Amino acid sequence: MTTTSTKANGSGNSSMPIQERDRVTVRFAGDSGDGMQLAGNRFADATAIFGNDFSTLPDFPAEIRAPAGSLAGVSSFQISFSKHQIFTPGDEPDTLVAMNPAALKSHLSALTKGGLLVINEDAFTSGNLKKANYPSNPLSDGSLEGYRIIKAPITTAAVAAVDDLGLSNQNAERTKNFFALGLVYWLYDRDLQPTLDWIEERFGRLPNIAEANRRALFAGHSYGETTEIADAHVRVPPAVLTPGEYRTITGNQAMVLGLITAAHLSDLELFYGSYPITPASDILVELAALREFGVRTFQAEDEISAVGTAIGAAYGGGLGVTGTSGPGIALKSEAINLAVMTELPLIVLDVQRSGPSTGMPTKTEQTDLLQVMYGRNGESPLCVLAAKSPGDCFYMVLEAVRLAYQFVTPVVLLSDTYLANTAEPWPVPDITQLDPIDVPYRRLEHVNPEDFEPYKRDPDTLARMFIPPGLPNLQHRIGGLEKSDITGDVAYSPENHQRMTDLRAAKIAGIANFIPELEVDGPESGDLLVLSWGSTYGAVFTAVNDAREAGHEVAHAHLQYLNPFPRNLGDVVSRYKKVLIPEANTGQLRMLVRANFLVDAKGYNEVTGQPLSARLLAEAIGQLAAE
Amino acid sequence: MVLQTPHAPEPVESIIPLASEDLTRKDYASDVDTRWCPGCGDYSILAQMQRGLSNLNVAPEKMVFVSGIGCSSRFPYYMNTYGVHSIHGRAPTIASGLKLARPDLMVFVITGDGDALSIGGNHLLHVLRRNMDVKIFLFNNRIYGLTKGQYSPTSELGKVTKSSPIGTTERPLNPLSVALASEATFVARTFDTDPQHLTATIEQAARHHGAAFVEILQNCNIFNDRAFADYTDRDVRNERLLYLEHGQPMLFGENEDKGLAVSATGLRVVDTDGPDAGLILSHDATRPAPDVHQLLARCQYPEMPVPMGVIRRVNAPTYGDYIDSQIEVAKFKSRNDVAQLLKGRSTWQVE
Repeated sequence: MTTTSTKANGSGNSSMPIQERDRVTVRFAGDSGDGMQLAGNRFADATAIFGNDFSTLPDFPAEIRAPAGSLAGVSSFQISFSKHQIFTPGDEPDTLVAMNPAALKSHLSALTKGGLLVINEDAFTSGNLKKANYPSNPLSDGSLEGYRIIKAPITTAAVAAVDDLGLSNQNAERTKNFFALGLVYWLYDRDLQPTLDWIEERFGRLPNIAEANRRALFAGHSYGETTEIADAHVRVPPAVLTPGEYRTITGNQAMVLGLITAAHLSDLELFYGSYPITPASDILVELAALREFGVRTFQAEDEISAVGTAIGAAYGGGLGVTGTSGPGIALKSEAINLAVMTELPLIVLDVQRSGPSTGMPTKTEQTDLLQVMYGRNGESPLCVLAAKSPGDCFYMVLEAVRLAYQFVTPVVLLSDTYLANTAEPWPVPDITQLDPIDVPYRRLEHVNPEDFEPYKRDPDTLARMFIPPGLPNLQHRIGGLEKSDITGDVAYSPENHQRMTDLRAAKIAGIANFIPELEVDGPESGDLLVLSWGSTYGAVFTAVNDAREAGHEVAHAHLQYLNPFPRNLGDVVSRYKKVLIPEANTGQLRMLVRANFLVDAKGYNEVTGQPLSARLLAEAIGQLAAE
Repeated sequence: MVLQTPHAPEPVESIIPLASEDLTRKDYASDVDTRWCPGCGDYSILAQMQRGLSNLNVAPEKMVFVSGIGCSSRFPYYMNTYGVHSIHGRAPTIASGLKLARPDLMVFVITGDGDALSIGGNHLLHVLRRNMDVKIFLFNNRIYGLTKGQYSPTSELGKVTKSSPIGTTERPLNPLSVALASEATFVARTFDTDPQHLTATIEQAARHHGAAFVEILQNCNIFNDRAFADYTDRDVRNERLLYLEHGQPMLFGENEDKGLAVSATGLRVVDTDGPDAGLILSHDATRPAPDVHQLLARCQYPEMPVPMGVIRRVNAPTYGDYIDSQIEVAKFKSRNDVAQLLKGRSTWQVE
């Protein structure tokens, strides 16, 4: 919805009136070395402080520095901001900032029809055009007709602005992202102050660089004031959010905070064993800087050692956690199975990425569900959870730790590249309002040795009597060989193996009695249920609402517990004529739902490395609802 | 932040509480029936482990034995301590995590030549490089026993086994060379049929602060009988083994009539009554550079005497010492609490 406001722009000389809009999506695109992620993050901060709801989508190549100007080296950052609550970073951007021809080539097709292009014309040299496979210059050959274009000499103007600071050419040119940022700040009426504060904090010790970035930012802003493009100056009013204290958070940051908080709530010492892997590495990196919380991070020699050390820490009574992505899960499978057999409270974070094999390391996918469910030898049940938003990663870590200790079992928590890197405003939790996490082994400290058997089980949870080493007269041995029921001695009898197989399955299945039932948004029964899990929550929620606005009656339910399922799931899916399961895979949850409940669930599946498109999904929902 | 060097290593007793009463070998023996083949060298190692540890007087509940897969890895079941019989090659990882989480426990790794040097080779390098405070005992029988007789990474070139019916085509690893190349701070060798030496070596390894690596030559009488008999048999032992003692000249022979001296190309044997007797080296296990230690590790029968005992023992902070010291410093310097951490770099208020 667009309404022309009569409010004059008070900040400059432009004669253009300011527009007011509900929601805007901007994408910054440039070379990996152009600082697009930095510019995008600054814009997100300014947007947060302004009071919009927002969601971001960083998208960068796996190569750290692909050749400058090449298509392979394009890095982008999208942010959508709104006066309403939003749940996705937007499908098509309204505005595309293209710092060079390769960025334009890679991202133009995403730009909405009639959208605004902000182009660094300095970068459209014959060499750069060639690198981007442009046979002719799109700025002059008419191919950009239908878009509104701001052609700005971003590089030369930034260099001119910092001319007398005595910077090297290279450093002077590097300020061009701040020029572009200043220009976009003007376009969207953002306050410069948060970014000026950030520059001071970040570059305060390098006064020349700080000053150069400030000047480039102001120069870009002033450039905007002189622009003659119609309807370019836009304001999105602040959103009405639940009152409280907010911060921005990404999924990986929320994982880190969740782990520290879980250690605090359980009074356990956190051990995090990990091997660097995109997109999970940031969790290791951020935890390593938190020694003051007693965190022991361990950068292992490989994925197997990462999980092995976490199992060792868990066995010792610590909070043993390992984090990785799909290829790492494959390597850890045998050790995770040891934790299944020894029934230890191990936490495994899987930040999924595109596969198979190395796949696309920086792109998102939901393709590890079946791997974590079944990718181990033998009958090997464990608990699987999935976060639905960046901030939800925090709460799902707490849940994973709670269940791991209550049931003495490995728990896998699924996130993905999209959640890991996406930022959103997040109400800061009040630590005093969070429930403590119970650690049952503490109650066994004074157990009578006569009453202790390592595989004796709690009748309610079937959790075994797990105690860490160190207590006198309770010495016992555990391991990967099949265990005798109750005593935990090595056992090969057919009856015992059947019984233990059943017990391990029953323990995990029984978790369903200790987790919330699935809630349905929309009609309790009827024609169409859309069932989703993991990071697609935002896109599916948005698409379902769009379909409802288009007149369709649609219910939506979202799973955060994948194993076991909430105990009412079978009942829920049986109450609708049609069930649609959208996933960023070829139908993994659909396979589980069909197999478990014999319902003819349909799939909506995209495996592109990008988050699901809410617009396309809404169309698919509409089609299915109309059938 | 500049790495702070933690305090000097301290003796076992300062970290791990001692038992209140005198312990004996029996206190360390579990009631689980042993299931090794009759005549296996593992029986002797088990008995001497129990004896050697009882000399430390550390309570059995403060000890954890972690093993991988293979004949040797059944070991934890027979110790009246805590134990984990884990997965093939990965015992060093589980032991590392356990020791970091629980500095108050003594952590042992029991492994074999296939477990430690083949499937788990990578972990062995790194647990030693990091100087994790775990004691690693590698039972080397130069064969895969539990899978019934395939060659191992320490089997000699050309060895005929079930999986090499006309002889192996690969050269073996020398476990001591691997340990020294990994900068291990304690490296020793002993063997199953000399109980006294075995006990003493186990005890010294257990008392070491840091990663201890002990190769135990162990006879598999079923699949690789008499693998070491050429130099460990009682009647040839004194002639063909070199019993190392720190600070003592490196002498061997029935009447200690031979010794080791440095030559232009390595070590050489000289007679104690010959002209070069004055060049015989004294063994210095604490020498920081592992050069002579590597030369000793490479001494092989029949050209040279086979060294037994502690080849290397140097003091260095462990991985745990470093990380605990970082935590201590960080806690001292920081006023950060969880509530503050949750707020991050900046927050804003929505009214």
